[in-house]
Amino acid sequence: MKELICIVCPQGCHLKVDEEHGCAVTGNSCPRGAEYGKMELTHPTRVVTSTVRCQGGLYPRCPVKTDRAIPKERMFDVMAALEEVALPAPAAVGQVVIENVCGTGADVVATRNMPSRR
Amino acid sequence: MYDLIVIGGGPAGLAAACAAWEGGLRSILIVERDKELGGILNQCIHNGFGLHHFKEELTGPEYAGRFVKLLGETGVEVRLDTMVLEVTGDRQVHMVGKSTGYRVEQARSIVLAMGCRERTRGAIAIPGARPAGVFTAGAAQRYVNMEGWMPGKRVVILGSGDIGLIMARRMTLEGAKVLACVEVMPYSGGLNRNIVQCLHDYDIPLYLSHTVTDIRGKDRVEQVVVSQVDDNRNPIPGTEMVFDCDTLLLSVGLIPENELTRQAGIDIDRRTNGAVVYENMETSLPGVFACGNVCHVHDLVDFVTAESQKAGAAAADYVLNGPDGLDPGVVTSDERLLTVNNGGGVTYTVPQHIRPGRVEKLCGLFFRVNRVCRDSEIRVTSGGAQIARFKREHLAPGEMEHIDLPKALLDKAEGELTISIQEVSK
Ligand SMILES: Cc1cc2nc3c(=O)[nH]c(=O)nc-3n(C[C@H](O)[C@H](O)[C@H](O)COP(=O)(O)OP(=O)(O)OC[C@H]3O[C@@H](n4cnc5c(N)ncnc54)[C@H](O)[C@@H]3O)c2cc1C
Ligand code: SF4
Repeated sequence: MKELICIVCPQGCHLKVDEEHGCAVTGNSCPRGAEYGKMELTHPTRVVTSTVRCQGGLYPRCPVKTDRAIPKERMFDVMAALEEVALPAPAAVGQVVIENVCGTGADVVATRNMPSRR
Repeated sequence: MYDLIVIGGGPAGLAAACAAWEGGLRSILIVERDKELGGILNQCIHNGFGLHHFKEELTGPEYAGRFVKLLGETGVEVRLDTMVLEVTGDRQVHMVGKSTGYRVEQARSIVLAMGCRERTRGAIAIPGARPAGVFTAGAAQRYVNMEGWMPGKRVVILGSGDIGLIMARRMTLEGAKVLACVEVMPYSGGLNRNIVQCLHDYDIPLYLSHTVTDIRGKDRVEQVVVSQVDDNRNPIPGTEMVFDCDTLLLSVGLIPENELTRQAGIDIDRRTNGAVVYENMETSLPGVFACGNVCHVHDLVDFVTAESQKAGAAAADYVLNGPDGLDPGVVTSDERLLTVNNGGGVTYTVPQHIRPGRVEKLCGLFFRVNRVCRDSEIRVTSGGAQIARFKREHLAPGEMEHIDLPKALLDKAEGELTISIQEVSK
Protein backbone atom coordinates (compact mmCIF):
# COMPACT_ATOMS: atom_id res chain seq x y z
CA MET A 1 0.00 0.00 0.00
CA LYS A 2 1.46 3.36 -0.97
CA GLU A 3 0.11 6.64 0.41
CA LEU A 4 0.06 9.58 -1.98
CA ILE A 5 -1.39 13.04 -2.09
CA CYS A 6 -3.42 13.64 -5.20
CA ILE A 7 -2.12 16.74 -6.99
CA VAL A 8 -4.75 16.91 -9.71
CA CYS A 9 -6.74 19.61 -7.92
CA PRO A 10 -6.20 21.78 -4.84
CA GLN A 11 -8.36 19.54 -2.67
CA GLY A 12 -5.29 17.30 -2.24
CA CYS A 13 -7.05 14.04 -1.36
CA HIS A 14 -5.01 11.50 0.59
CA LEU A 15 -4.84 8.45 -1.67
CA LYS A 16 -3.95 4.87 -0.88
CA VAL A 17 -2.71 2.89 -3.87
CA ASP A 18 -2.61 -0.89 -3.65
CA GLU A 19 0.36 -1.95 -5.83
CA GLU A 20 -0.43 -5.61 -5.36
CA HIS A 21 -3.95 -5.35 -6.70
CA GLY A 22 -3.52 -3.54 -10.01
CA CYS A 23 -2.89 -0.16 -8.34
CA ALA A 24 -6.44 0.06 -6.99
CA VAL A 25 -6.92 3.53 -5.52
CA THR A 26 -8.94 4.50 -2.42
CA GLY A 27 -9.36 7.86 -0.68
CA ASN A 28 -10.03 9.74 -3.92
CA SER A 29 -13.04 12.06 -4.13
CA CYS A 30 -13.32 11.81 -7.91
CA PRO A 31 -12.23 9.55 -10.80
CA ARG A 32 -9.33 11.84 -11.72
CA GLY A 33 -7.70 10.90 -8.43
CA ALA A 34 -7.87 7.18 -9.23
CA GLU A 35 -6.25 7.81 -12.57
CA TYR A 36 -3.53 9.96 -10.98
CA GLY A 37 -2.73 7.38 -8.28
CA LYS A 38 -2.21 4.68 -10.87
CA MET A 39 -0.14 6.90 -13.19
CA GLU A 40 2.06 8.24 -10.40
CA LEU A 41 3.24 4.74 -9.54
CA THR A 42 3.61 3.54 -13.12
CA HIS A 43 4.78 6.55 -15.17
CA PRO A 44 4.49 9.94 -13.44
CA THR A 45 3.59 12.93 -15.61
CA ARG A 46 3.23 16.70 -15.06
CA VAL A 47 1.82 19.67 -16.93
CA VAL A 48 4.56 22.28 -17.38
CA THR A 49 3.53 25.91 -16.89
CA SER A 50 6.11 28.56 -17.70
CA THR A 51 6.63 31.65 -19.85
CA VAL A 52 8.22 32.53 -23.18
CA ARG A 53 9.82 35.73 -24.37
CA CYS A 54 7.23 37.96 -26.03
CA GLN A 55 8.23 40.55 -28.65
CA GLY A 56 6.34 43.83 -28.53
CA GLY A 57 3.87 42.56 -25.93
CA LEU A 58 2.21 44.45 -23.09
CA TYR A 59 4.58 42.41 -20.88
CA PRO A 60 8.01 40.99 -21.81
CA ARG A 61 6.87 37.41 -20.97
CA CYS A 62 3.81 35.49 -22.13
CA PRO A 63 2.60 32.59 -19.94
CA VAL A 64 2.31 29.15 -21.59
CA LYS A 65 1.55 25.55 -20.65
CA THR A 66 1.79 22.10 -22.16
CA ASP A 67 -1.73 21.23 -23.28
CA ARG A 68 -1.39 17.83 -21.61
CA ALA A 69 0.81 16.20 -19.01
CA ILE A 70 4.26 15.14 -20.18
CA PRO A 71 6.61 12.57 -18.60
CA LYS A 72 8.02 14.05 -15.43
CA GLU A 73 11.64 13.40 -16.44
CA ARG A 74 11.20 15.51 -19.60
CA MET A 75 10.31 18.75 -17.78
CA PHE A 76 13.75 20.32 -18.09
CA ASP A 77 13.95 19.43 -21.79
CA VAL A 78 10.72 21.33 -22.32
CA MET A 79 12.08 24.28 -20.33
CA ALA A 80 15.15 24.35 -22.59
CA ALA A 81 12.90 24.35 -25.69
CA LEU A 82 10.89 27.29 -24.28
CA GLU A 83 14.11 29.24 -23.88
CA GLU A 84 14.46 29.29 -27.70
CA VAL A 85 11.06 30.86 -28.38
CA ALA A 86 10.39 34.51 -29.18
CA LEU A 87 6.63 34.91 -29.56
CA PRO A 88 5.49 37.99 -31.49
CA ALA A 89 2.63 40.01 -29.97
CA PRO A 90 -0.31 40.06 -30.23
CA ALA A 91 -0.87 36.45 -29.11
CA ALA A 92 -4.16 34.76 -28.29
CA VAL A 93 -5.02 32.37 -25.50
CA GLY A 94 -4.81 28.78 -26.80
CA GLN A 95 -2.45 29.72 -29.65
CA VAL A 96 0.11 26.96 -30.28
CA VAL A 97 3.62 28.17 -29.44
CA ILE A 98 5.52 24.88 -29.98
CA GLU A 99 3.94 21.87 -31.65
CA ASN A 100 4.69 18.42 -30.22
CA VAL A 101 7.30 19.82 -27.85
CA CYS A 102 10.39 17.57 -27.55
CA GLY A 103 8.42 14.77 -29.17
CA THR A 104 6.20 14.37 -26.11
CA GLY A 105 2.98 14.67 -28.12
CA ALA A 106 2.01 17.77 -26.16
CA ASP A 107 1.69 21.21 -27.69
CA VAL A 108 2.85 24.29 -25.81
CA VAL A 109 0.02 26.85 -25.88
CA ALA A 110 -0.31 30.47 -24.74
CA THR A 111 -2.44 30.89 -21.61
CA ARG A 112 -3.47 34.50 -22.09
CA ASN A 113 -4.24 37.06 -24.73
CA MET A 114 -1.16 39.22 -25.03
CA PRO A 115 -1.93 42.56 -26.65
CA SER A 116 0.81 44.60 -28.29
CA ARG A 117 2.44 47.30 -26.26
CA ARG A 118 0.56 50.56 -26.71
CA MET B 1 -24.83 58.12 -10.01
CA TYR B 2 -23.94 54.43 -10.44
CA ASP B 3 -26.09 51.54 -9.19
CA LEU B 4 -22.89 49.78 -8.20
CA ILE B 5 -19.21 50.64 -8.00
CA VAL B 6 -16.85 47.68 -7.66
CA ILE B 7 -13.41 48.53 -6.26
CA GLY B 8 -10.78 46.13 -7.61
CA GLY B 9 -10.82 44.20 -10.90
CA GLY B 10 -9.43 40.85 -9.69
CA PRO B 11 -11.49 37.65 -9.74
CA ALA B 12 -13.59 38.93 -6.84
CA GLY B 13 -14.50 42.20 -8.53
CA LEU B 14 -15.12 40.53 -11.90
CA ALA B 15 -17.46 37.90 -10.46
CA ALA B 16 -19.33 40.46 -8.36
CA ALA B 17 -19.87 42.78 -11.34
CA CYS B 18 -21.07 39.94 -13.59
CA ALA B 19 -23.50 38.69 -10.92
CA ALA B 20 -24.87 42.19 -10.30
CA TRP B 21 -25.41 42.60 -14.05
CA GLU B 22 -27.26 39.30 -14.13
CA GLY B 23 -29.23 40.47 -11.10
CA GLY B 24 -30.57 43.36 -13.19
CA LEU B 25 -28.29 46.33 -12.46
CA ARG B 26 -27.40 48.29 -15.60
CA SER B 27 -25.07 51.03 -14.42
CA ILE B 28 -22.03 49.32 -12.96
CA LEU B 29 -18.45 50.61 -12.77
CA ILE B 30 -15.30 48.61 -11.98
CA VAL B 31 -12.33 50.67 -10.81
CA GLU B 32 -8.90 49.01 -11.12
CA ARG B 33 -5.54 50.59 -10.36
CA ASP B 34 -3.50 48.22 -12.57
CA LYS B 35 -3.28 48.49 -16.37
CA GLU B 36 -5.47 45.44 -16.90
CA LEU B 37 -8.17 43.35 -15.21
CA GLY B 38 -7.49 40.01 -13.53
CA GLY B 39 -5.71 40.97 -10.31
CA ILE B 40 -3.18 38.61 -8.82
CA LEU B 41 -4.24 35.84 -11.25
CA ASN B 42 -2.19 37.42 -14.04
CA GLN B 43 1.02 36.42 -12.29
CA CYS B 44 -0.19 33.00 -11.10
CA ILE B 45 0.77 31.20 -14.31
CA HIS B 46 0.61 27.74 -12.73
CA ASN B 47 -2.47 25.58 -13.11
CA GLY B 48 -5.02 24.34 -10.59
CA PHE B 49 -7.62 27.08 -10.90
CA GLY B 50 -11.22 26.57 -11.85
CA LEU B 51 -11.84 22.90 -11.07
CA HIS B 52 -14.93 23.76 -9.03
CA HIS B 53 -16.22 26.61 -11.12
CA PHE B 54 -15.39 25.62 -14.70
CA LYS B 55 -14.87 21.88 -14.06
CA GLU B 56 -11.52 22.05 -15.82
CA GLU B 57 -8.00 22.81 -14.77
CA LEU B 58 -6.93 26.30 -15.79
CA THR B 59 -3.93 28.51 -15.14
CA GLY B 60 -4.46 31.84 -13.35
CA PRO B 61 -4.39 33.97 -16.54
CA GLU B 62 -6.81 31.56 -18.26
CA TYR B 63 -9.22 31.76 -15.33
CA ALA B 64 -9.07 35.55 -15.34
CA GLY B 65 -9.47 35.55 -19.12
CA ARG B 66 -12.73 33.62 -18.90
CA PHE B 67 -14.20 36.24 -16.60
CA VAL B 68 -12.89 39.17 -18.58
CA LYS B 69 -14.63 37.63 -21.60
CA LEU B 70 -17.90 37.20 -19.70
CA LEU B 71 -17.64 40.79 -18.55
CA GLY B 72 -17.17 41.90 -22.14
CA GLU B 73 -20.62 40.51 -22.92
CA THR B 74 -22.19 42.88 -20.36
CA GLY B 75 -22.39 46.65 -20.38
CA VAL B 76 -20.24 47.02 -17.27
CA GLU B 77 -17.97 50.07 -17.45
CA VAL B 78 -14.28 49.63 -16.53
CA ARG B 79 -11.76 52.30 -15.51
CA LEU B 80 -8.18 51.04 -15.57
CA ASP B 81 -5.12 52.84 -14.21
CA THR B 82 -7.45 54.34 -11.63
CA MET B 83 -6.91 54.16 -7.89
CA VAL B 84 -9.68 54.57 -5.34
CA LEU B 85 -8.50 56.87 -2.56
CA GLU B 86 -11.51 57.06 -0.30
CA VAL B 87 -14.98 55.64 0.26
CA THR B 88 -17.33 57.70 2.41
CA GLY B 89 -20.15 56.57 4.68
CA ASP B 90 -22.70 57.92 2.20
CA ARG B 91 -21.16 55.82 -0.60
CA GLN B 92 -19.16 58.42 -2.45
CA VAL B 93 -16.09 56.98 -4.13
CA HIS B 94 -13.06 59.24 -4.59
CA MET B 95 -10.66 58.10 -7.29
CA VAL B 96 -7.72 59.34 -9.31
CA GLY B 97 -7.02 58.04 -12.83
CA LYS B 98 -4.22 58.44 -15.33
CA SER B 99 -6.48 59.86 -18.03
CA THR B 100 -9.54 60.95 -16.03
CA GLY B 101 -7.87 62.81 -13.17
CA TYR B 102 -9.55 63.19 -9.78
CA ARG B 103 -13.21 62.15 -9.75
CA VAL B 104 -15.89 61.64 -7.13
CA GLU B 105 -18.66 59.22 -8.06
CA GLN B 106 -21.82 58.50 -6.10
CA ALA B 107 -22.95 54.87 -5.84
CA ARG B 108 -26.17 53.23 -4.67
CA SER B 109 -24.13 50.21 -3.63
CA ILE B 110 -20.44 49.32 -3.41
CA VAL B 111 -18.50 46.06 -3.57
CA LEU B 112 -15.08 46.15 -1.92
CA ALA B 113 -12.78 43.72 -3.80
CA MET B 114 -9.29 45.13 -3.23
CA GLY B 115 -7.59 41.79 -2.52
CA CYS B 116 -4.61 41.60 -0.20
CA ARG B 117 -0.94 42.41 -0.09
CA GLU B 118 2.04 40.49 1.17
CA ARG B 119 3.45 40.75 4.63
CA THR B 120 6.96 42.17 4.25
CA ARG B 121 10.14 41.51 6.06
CA GLY B 122 9.69 44.58 8.26
CA ALA B 123 6.38 43.25 9.45
CA ILE B 124 8.05 40.20 10.95
CA ALA B 125 11.42 41.69 11.81
CA ILE B 126 14.22 39.29 10.85
CA PRO B 127 17.51 40.17 12.53
CA GLY B 128 20.65 40.81 10.49
CA ALA B 129 22.01 43.04 7.77
CA ARG B 130 19.88 44.80 5.16
CA PRO B 131 21.49 43.79 1.86
CA ALA B 132 19.73 43.56 -1.51
CA GLY B 133 18.30 40.18 -2.46
CA VAL B 134 15.39 39.95 -0.05
CA PHE B 135 12.04 39.82 -1.86
CA THR B 136 8.51 38.86 -1.04
CA ALA B 137 7.61 35.72 -2.98
CA GLY B 138 4.72 37.43 -4.76
CA ALA B 139 6.95 40.29 -5.95
CA ALA B 140 9.44 37.71 -7.24
CA GLN B 141 6.56 35.91 -8.95
CA ARG B 142 5.61 39.07 -10.81
CA TYR B 143 9.23 39.74 -11.83
CA VAL B 144 9.76 36.22 -13.18
CA ASN B 145 6.37 35.57 -14.75
CA MET B 146 5.46 38.96 -16.18
CA GLU B 147 8.47 41.27 -16.31
CA GLY B 148 11.05 38.61 -17.20
CA TRP B 149 13.69 39.21 -14.52
CA MET B 150 15.31 36.52 -12.36
CA PRO B 151 15.72 37.74 -8.78
CA GLY B 152 18.69 35.41 -8.04
CA LYS B 153 20.46 32.09 -8.52
CA ARG B 154 20.73 30.45 -5.08
CA VAL B 155 17.59 30.82 -3.09
CA VAL B 156 16.25 30.19 0.41
CA ILE B 157 12.52 30.54 0.96
CA LEU B 158 11.07 31.54 4.33
CA GLY B 159 7.49 30.42 4.79
CA SER B 160 5.77 27.42 3.27
CA GLY B 161 2.56 29.13 2.19
CA ASP B 162 1.39 28.41 -1.34
CA ILE B 163 3.16 31.37 -2.90
CA GLY B 164 6.49 30.28 -1.41
CA LEU B 165 6.00 26.70 -2.60
CA ILE B 166 4.96 27.75 -6.09
CA MET B 167 7.99 30.02 -6.32
CA ALA B 168 10.32 27.22 -5.18
CA ARG B 169 9.27 25.25 -8.27
CA ARG B 170 9.23 28.26 -10.53
CA MET B 171 12.77 29.37 -9.62
CA THR B 172 14.03 25.78 -9.99
CA LEU B 173 12.48 25.40 -13.46
CA GLU B 174 14.09 28.69 -14.47
CA GLY B 175 17.51 27.38 -13.50
CA ALA B 176 17.99 28.64 -9.93
CA LYS B 177 19.00 26.35 -7.08
CA VAL B 178 16.49 26.42 -4.24
CA LEU B 179 18.40 25.28 -1.16
CA ALA B 180 15.63 25.13 1.41
CA CYS B 181 12.12 26.07 2.32
CA VAL B 182 11.93 27.06 5.98
CA GLU B 183 8.71 27.08 8.04
CA VAL B 184 8.43 28.28 11.64
CA MET B 185 5.30 26.24 12.35
CA PRO B 186 5.36 22.45 12.79
CA TYR B 187 3.16 22.12 9.66
CA SER B 188 3.13 23.75 6.24
CA GLY B 189 0.76 26.62 5.55
CA GLY B 190 0.35 25.53 1.93
CA LEU B 191 -1.77 23.02 0.10
CA ASN B 192 -0.53 19.44 0.25
CA ARG B 193 -0.47 19.20 -3.52
CA ASN B 194 1.98 22.08 -3.65
CA ILE B 195 4.34 20.38 -1.20
CA VAL B 196 4.33 17.33 -3.46
CA GLN B 197 4.62 18.97 -6.85
CA CYS B 198 6.76 21.98 -5.89
CA LEU B 199 9.16 20.58 -3.25
CA HIS B 200 9.20 16.76 -3.44
CA ASP B 201 9.38 16.75 -7.25
CA TYR B 202 12.65 18.71 -7.09
CA ASP B 203 14.07 17.30 -3.84
CA ILE B 204 13.87 20.67 -2.11
CA PRO B 205 14.08 20.13 1.66
CA LEU B 206 11.31 21.55 3.87
CA TYR B 207 12.48 22.47 7.37
CA LEU B 208 9.46 22.60 9.67
CA SER B 209 9.80 24.31 13.08
CA HIS B 210 12.73 26.33 11.72
CA THR B 211 13.20 30.02 11.00
CA VAL B 212 15.72 32.47 9.56
CA THR B 213 17.76 33.93 12.42
CA ASP B 214 20.31 35.96 10.51
CA ILE B 215 20.82 37.50 7.09
CA ARG B 216 24.46 38.14 6.17
CA GLY B 217 25.98 40.11 3.31
CA LYS B 218 27.19 43.59 2.57
CA ASP B 219 25.57 44.77 -0.66
CA ARG B 220 23.86 41.53 -1.63
CA VAL B 221 22.68 38.60 0.49
CA GLU B 222 25.61 36.17 0.92
CA GLN B 223 24.41 33.85 3.65
CA VAL B 224 21.24 33.06 5.52
CA VAL B 225 21.29 31.39 8.93
CA VAL B 226 18.46 29.01 9.76
CA SER B 227 17.75 27.71 13.29
CA GLN B 228 15.32 25.26 14.77
CA VAL B 229 12.66 26.73 17.06
CA ASP B 230 11.12 25.37 20.26
CA ASP B 231 7.41 24.99 21.01
CA ASN B 232 7.18 28.72 21.72
CA ARG B 233 8.81 29.51 18.38
CA ASN B 234 12.04 30.71 20.02
CA PRO B 235 15.25 29.78 18.16
CA ILE B 236 17.24 26.99 19.84
CA PRO B 237 20.95 27.95 20.18
CA GLY B 238 23.34 25.44 18.65
CA THR B 239 20.96 24.38 15.86
CA GLU B 240 22.18 26.95 13.31
CA MET B 241 22.59 25.92 9.65
CA VAL B 242 24.29 28.31 7.25
CA PHE B 243 23.17 28.50 3.61
CA ASP B 244 25.32 30.24 0.99
CA CYS B 245 22.77 32.03 -1.16
CA ASP B 246 22.11 35.32 -2.93
CA THR B 247 18.36 35.52 -2.47
CA LEU B 248 15.81 35.16 0.32
CA LEU B 249 12.16 34.97 -0.65
CA LEU B 250 9.55 35.71 2.00
CA SER B 251 6.23 33.96 1.91
CA VAL B 252 5.07 34.90 5.37
CA GLY B 253 1.43 35.65 4.86
CA LEU B 254 -1.04 37.97 3.23
CA ILE B 255 -2.87 40.92 4.75
CA PRO B 256 -6.26 42.02 3.39
CA GLU B 257 -5.96 45.52 1.99
CA ASN B 258 -8.53 47.36 4.13
CA GLU B 259 -7.39 50.98 4.42
CA LEU B 260 -10.46 52.13 2.46
CA THR B 261 -12.72 49.93 4.57
CA ARG B 262 -11.38 51.31 7.86
CA GLN B 263 -11.59 54.90 6.64
CA ALA B 264 -15.24 54.38 5.76
CA GLY B 265 -15.86 53.38 9.39
CA ILE B 266 -16.75 49.77 8.54
CA ASP B 267 -16.33 47.21 11.36
CA ILE B 268 -13.25 45.00 10.94
CA ASP B 269 -12.80 41.52 12.40
CA ARG B 270 -9.32 41.38 13.96
CA ARG B 271 -9.10 37.65 13.20
CA THR B 272 -9.71 37.87 9.44
CA ASN B 273 -8.32 41.43 9.14
CA GLY B 274 -11.29 41.96 6.85
CA ALA B 275 -14.72 43.50 7.24
CA VAL B 276 -17.25 41.81 9.50
CA VAL B 277 -19.91 40.51 7.10
CA TYR B 278 -23.44 39.14 7.08
CA GLU B 279 -24.61 36.06 5.20
CA ASN B 280 -24.81 37.97 1.87
CA MET B 281 -21.36 39.59 2.34
CA GLU B 282 -22.88 42.96 3.42
CA THR B 283 -20.63 44.90 5.79
CA SER B 284 -21.68 47.02 8.77
CA LEU B 285 -22.28 49.88 6.32
CA PRO B 286 -25.63 49.35 4.53
CA GLY B 287 -25.26 48.74 0.81
CA VAL B 288 -21.52 48.11 1.03
CA PHE B 289 -20.36 44.54 0.45
CA ALA B 290 -16.93 42.87 0.68
CA CYS B 291 -15.69 39.71 -1.02
CA GLY B 292 -12.54 37.83 -2.02
CA ASN B 293 -9.17 38.28 -0.36
CA VAL B 294 -10.08 41.70 1.05
CA CYS B 295 -12.64 39.96 3.26
CA HIS B 296 -10.53 36.95 4.26
CA VAL B 297 -7.50 35.31 2.64
CA HIS B 298 -8.57 32.51 0.30
CA ASP B 299 -6.44 29.71 -1.09
CA LEU B 300 -8.81 28.74 -3.90
CA VAL B 301 -9.98 31.24 -6.45
CA ASP B 302 -13.12 29.16 -7.05
CA PHE B 303 -14.32 30.04 -3.56
CA VAL B 304 -13.49 33.68 -4.25
CA THR B 305 -15.74 33.52 -7.29
CA ALA B 306 -18.63 31.87 -5.42
CA GLU B 307 -18.44 34.35 -2.56
CA SER B 308 -18.19 37.32 -4.91
CA GLN B 309 -21.18 36.22 -6.98
CA LYS B 310 -23.13 36.22 -3.73
CA ALA B 311 -21.94 39.76 -2.98
CA GLY B 312 -22.80 40.99 -6.48
CA ALA B 313 -26.27 39.45 -6.41
CA ALA B 314 -26.86 40.94 -2.97
CA ALA B 315 -25.82 44.39 -4.19
CA ALA B 316 -28.34 44.10 -7.03
CA ASP B 317 -31.02 42.99 -4.62
CA TYR B 318 -30.18 45.90 -2.32
CA VAL B 319 -30.50 48.47 -5.09
CA LEU B 320 -33.59 46.98 -6.75
CA ASN B 321 -35.56 45.70 -3.76
CA GLY B 322 -34.34 47.56 -0.69
CA PRO B 323 -36.95 49.91 0.83
CA ASP B 324 -36.83 52.99 -1.44
CA GLY B 325 -33.83 51.34 -3.05
CA LEU B 326 -31.68 52.95 -0.36
CA ASP B 327 -30.68 52.38 3.24
CA PRO B 328 -32.84 49.54 4.47
CA GLY B 329 -30.42 49.35 7.38
CA VAL B 330 -28.16 46.44 8.01
CA VAL B 331 -30.48 44.78 10.53
CA THR B 332 -34.10 45.85 10.67
CA SER B 333 -35.55 46.20 14.17
CA ASP B 334 -37.73 43.08 14.09
CA GLU B 335 -35.14 40.88 12.37
CA ARG B 336 -33.57 37.79 13.93
CA LEU B 337 -29.78 37.89 14.09
CA LEU B 338 -27.36 35.07 14.77
CA THR B 339 -23.76 35.71 15.78
CA VAL B 340 -21.29 33.01 14.75
CA ASN B 341 -18.76 32.17 17.49
CA ASN B 342 -15.39 30.45 17.05
CA GLY B 343 -15.38 27.35 19.23
CA GLY B 344 -12.47 25.01 19.96
CA GLY B 345 -10.06 24.56 17.07
CA VAL B 346 -11.57 27.32 14.90
CA THR B 347 -9.66 30.55 14.19
CA TYR B 348 -12.30 32.49 12.28
CA THR B 349 -15.59 32.21 10.43
CA VAL B 350 -17.04 34.15 7.49
CA PRO B 351 -19.78 35.32 7.72
CA GLN B 352 -19.59 36.48 11.32
CA HIS B 353 -23.35 37.27 11.47
CA ILE B 354 -26.33 35.59 9.87
CA ARG B 355 -29.82 37.04 9.35
CA PRO B 356 -31.79 33.77 8.96
CA GLY B 357 -34.74 35.63 7.40
CA ARG B 358 -32.57 36.51 4.40
CA VAL B 359 -31.21 33.00 3.78
CA GLU B 360 -33.03 31.27 0.94
CA LYS B 361 -32.11 27.60 1.28
CA LEU B 362 -28.53 27.23 2.41
CA CYS B 363 -26.10 29.54 4.15
CA GLY B 364 -22.47 28.83 3.24
CA LEU B 365 -19.95 29.27 6.01
CA PHE B 366 -16.16 29.44 5.56
CA PHE B 367 -13.71 28.89 8.40
CA ARG B 368 -10.16 27.86 9.21
CA VAL B 369 -8.85 25.50 11.88
CA ASN B 370 -5.85 26.20 14.13
CA ARG B 371 -4.07 22.83 13.83
CA VAL B 372 -3.82 19.77 11.61
CA CYS B 373 -6.60 17.29 12.51
CA ARG B 374 -7.38 13.82 11.23
CA ASP B 375 -10.82 12.17 11.36
CA SER B 376 -12.75 15.05 12.87
CA GLU B 377 -16.23 16.34 13.34
CA ILE B 378 -17.22 19.90 12.69
CA ARG B 379 -19.87 20.61 15.30
CA VAL B 380 -22.45 23.37 15.15
CA THR B 381 -24.10 24.19 18.47
CA SER B 382 -26.60 26.81 19.58
CA GLY B 383 -27.61 27.49 23.17
CA GLY B 384 -25.52 24.50 24.28
CA ALA B 385 -27.32 22.02 22.02
CA GLN B 386 -25.73 20.46 18.94
CA ILE B 387 -27.73 21.26 15.82
CA ALA B 388 -25.48 19.87 13.09
CA ARG B 389 -22.24 17.98 12.54
CA PHE B 390 -20.06 17.34 9.51
CA LYS B 391 -17.34 14.69 9.17
CA ARG B 392 -13.91 15.40 7.72
CA GLU B 393 -10.97 13.03 7.29
CA HIS B 394 -8.42 15.78 7.13
CA LEU B 395 -8.35 19.41 8.29
CA ALA B 396 -5.40 21.80 8.12
CA PRO B 397 -4.86 25.52 8.83
CA GLY B 398 -3.62 26.00 5.27
CA GLU B 399 -6.86 24.73 3.76
CA MET B 400 -10.02 26.77 4.16
CA GLU B 401 -13.04 24.71 5.14
CA HIS B 402 -16.60 25.17 4.04
CA ILE B 403 -19.98 23.93 5.31
CA ASP B 404 -23.53 24.68 4.18
CA LEU B 405 -26.14 25.28 6.87
CA PRO B 406 -29.77 24.66 5.82
CA LYS B 407 -32.24 27.44 6.51
CA ALA B 408 -34.40 25.13 8.65
CA LEU B 409 -31.47 24.72 11.05
CA LEU B 410 -30.85 28.44 11.27
CA ASP B 411 -34.51 29.01 12.06
CA LYS B 412 -34.14 26.71 15.07
CA ALA B 413 -31.00 28.40 16.41
CA GLU B 414 -31.19 31.04 19.15
CA GLY B 415 -28.96 34.12 19.32
CA GLU B 416 -25.67 32.47 18.46
CA LEU B 417 -24.05 29.58 16.63
CA THR B 418 -20.76 28.06 17.71
CA ILE B 419 -18.54 26.17 15.28
CA SER B 420 -16.00 23.81 16.84
CA ILE B 421 -13.76 20.90 15.84
CA GLN B 422 -13.60 17.62 17.68
CA GLU B 423 -11.21 14.85 16.70
CA VAL B 424 -12.97 11.50 16.85
CA SER B 425 -11.51 8.01 16.85
CA LYS B 426 -12.89 5.75 14.14
C1 LIG C 1 0.78 33.78 -5.41
C2 LIG C 1 -0.60 33.23 -5.33
C3 LIG C 1 -0.84 31.94 -5.78
C4 LIG C 1 -2.15 31.42 -5.76
N1 LIG C 1 -2.36 30.15 -6.23
C5 LIG C 1 -3.64 29.67 -6.35
C6 LIG C 1 -3.91 28.37 -6.95
O1 LIG C 1 -3.00 27.63 -7.33
N2 LIG C 1 -5.21 27.97 -7.09
C7 LIG C 1 -6.24 28.76 -6.68
O2 LIG C 1 -7.41 28.38 -6.85
N3 LIG C 1 -5.99 29.97 -6.07
C8 LIG C 1 -4.74 30.45 -5.89
N4 LIG C 1 -4.49 31.68 -5.30
C9 LIG C 1 -5.62 32.41 -4.69
C10 LIG C 1 -6.39 33.31 -5.64
O3 LIG C 1 -5.65 33.67 -6.75
C11 LIG C 1 -6.78 34.56 -4.89
O4 LIG C 1 -7.46 34.13 -3.76
C12 LIG C 1 -7.64 35.48 -5.74
O5 LIG C 1 -6.90 35.99 -6.82
C13 LIG C 1 -8.14 36.65 -4.91
O6 LIG C 1 -8.95 37.48 -5.72
P1 LIG C 1 -9.30 38.99 -5.34
O7 LIG C 1 -10.06 39.52 -6.49
O8 LIG C 1 -9.92 38.99 -4.00
O9 LIG C 1 -7.91 39.73 -5.18
P2 LIG C 1 -6.83 40.19 -6.26
O10 LIG C 1 -6.65 39.19 -7.33
O11 LIG C 1 -5.64 40.59 -5.47
O12 LIG C 1 -7.48 41.49 -6.94
C14 LIG C 1 -7.63 42.72 -6.26
C15 LIG C 1 -7.55 43.83 -7.28
O13 LIG C 1 -7.93 45.06 -6.66
C16 LIG C 1 -7.09 46.08 -7.13
N5 LIG C 1 -7.09 47.17 -6.13
C17 LIG C 1 -6.71 47.10 -4.83
N6 LIG C 1 -6.85 48.27 -4.21
C18 LIG C 1 -7.36 49.13 -5.13
C19 LIG C 1 -7.73 50.51 -5.11
N7 LIG C 1 -7.61 51.24 -3.99
N8 LIG C 1 -8.21 51.07 -6.23
C20 LIG C 1 -8.33 50.33 -7.37
N9 LIG C 1 -8.00 49.02 -7.46
C21 LIG C 1 -7.52 48.44 -6.36
C22 LIG C 1 -5.75 45.42 -7.31
O14 LIG C 1 -4.94 46.10 -8.23
C23 LIG C 1 -6.16 44.03 -7.83
O15 LIG C 1 -6.22 43.97 -9.24
C24 LIG C 1 -3.20 32.21 -5.27
C25 LIG C 1 -2.93 33.50 -4.79
C26 LIG C 1 -1.66 34.02 -4.80
C27 LIG C 1 -1.42 35.40 -4.26
S1 SF4 D 1 -9.14 12.83 -6.03
FE1 SF4 D 1 -10.31 14.29 -7.27
S2 SF4 D 1 -11.03 15.77 -5.74
FE2 SF4 D 1 -9.38 14.64 -4.75
S3 SF4 D 1 -7.54 15.88 -5.13
FE3 SF4 D 1 -7.66 14.34 -6.78
S4 SF4 D 1 -8.73 15.41 -8.43
FE4 SF4 D 1 -9.11 16.59 -6.56
